[in-house]
Amino acid sequence: MSETSYSDITRDGLWSNNPALVQLLGLCPLLAVTANAVNGLSMGLATCLAITASNVSVSLIRGIVRPEVRIPVFVLVIASIVTVIELTMNAYLHDLYLVLGIFIPLIVTNCNLIGRAEAFASKNPPRRAFVDGLSMGVGFMLVLTLLGGMRELIGQGTLFSQAHLLFGEAARDWILQIIPEYRGFLLAILPPGAFIGLGLIIAMKNIIDARLQRRAQAVPMGEPVAVSG
Amino acid sequence: MNSRQILMTAAFLFLFAAFGTALVAFTFDNTHERIAANERAALLRNLHVLIPPDTHDNDIFNDIIEVTNADLLGTSEPVAVYRARQQGWPVAAVLTVIAPDGYSGAIKLLVGINLDGTLAGVRVVSHHETPGLGDAIDAQRSNWILGFTGRSLHDPVLKKWAVKRDGGDFDQFTGATITPRAVVKAVKKALIYFERNSQRLFAPDSTRTTPLPANNAQTTEPAHE
Repeated sequence: MSETSYSDITRDGLWSNNPALVQLLGLCPLLAVTANAVNGLSMGLATCLAITASNVSVSLIRGIVRPEVRIPVFVLVIASIVTVIELTMNAYLHDLYLVLGIFIPLIVTNCNLIGRAEAFASKNPPRRAFVDGLSMGVGFMLVLTLLGGMRELIGQGTLFSQAHLLFGEAARDWILQIIPEYRGFLLAILPPGAFIGLGLIIAMKNIIDARLQRRAQAVPMGEPVAVSG
Repeated sequence: MNSRQILMTAAFLFLFAAFGTALVAFTFDNTHERIAANERAALLRNLHVLIPPDTHDNDIFNDIIEVTNADLLGTSEPVAVYRARQQGWPVAAVLTVIAPDGYSGAIKLLVGINLDGTLAGVRVVSHHETPGLGDAIDAQRSNWILGFTGRSLHDPVLKKWAVKRDGGDFDQFTGATITPRAVVKAVKKALIYFERNSQRLFAPDSTRTTPLPANNAQTTEPAHE
């Protein structure tokens, strides 16, 4: 376990064991708030922060937690961290907080967090747990942003609308009208659009994986490619 | 695990709970004023959109009267009415009414009404309507809600206060009639309420929370109190 290199940890989180595309964990916010790219990015950032902080905390206390009570302790750690993030967002990014609403406190129930705490952070030193949490968080965030961007583009023909909620007033006109005079495609914005979009992204990942595998077999001398289980 | 270990573990768990609580309490302590200020600012921004700051000189945010009228205000709970005054004279009021019959539950509205009974404007505060369909009532999504500004119970006449599908004057949305129907109805009722109670709404006693009479037309101040 402790032999996995940092690059393997990173690749696991971003690609081969991506929480959203391979483990399919934490789909509730993934499907609910990704109606546009900025929402996806914001939700991803909050989750990334929470999972990194919880991983480091769990790793720091891994020597003193008795195995019988580790789950309640992990839950306590995660709940405290997420509540701190929620209060801070409410104070400093109030409008964004209003948009994401209940899904910020619900990060507590995101099984990615407890999953990484149990499977990785409780068995690894803080630096490795940090890299693992960050990779998983960024991997999750990228999928949320990609899915949000897809749904926004297909659903209303724009990208980065409402960017000012996250980046301040200067970002108000970052909005890109990709398709002018677009009438909108409702299905993409409604919840079914999230399922279909996620399905398409997963299919795309599998196609790329299959290509990479075929290439690796055709050229035996090439880079060994990690294949997800 | 012997009893000593059990006690140690329990103490450890307790310490963690205490530490977590302390962390959250510390954050709360450092943010709650800012959060309250944010909420206040958001509401003030909405109020000032309906009633521009230069039309009144009182502290509209704190000049509140609470009134109750389940039939006309959409909820049996007390409803806050913010009052704008210029040199003590009534200018306008903002009623925080509810449209209870939206497509997905209640729609919270701010209805600004000038003293002469015309609408200063209407805004949606919160709703759960379908994204892409019913959410066009939100000023950020479409201009529909701006169409109320300047209207009154005489413009259009009372029976035209409905969406076009019901024979009224107001547009519905493609694929969504229920949401605009609910909003139009709530605004109409708020106007009726204002017309019947405007004198009492601007009564100087801002702490009054007793319900106003429901159906009396144009109440005057009682002669003896």
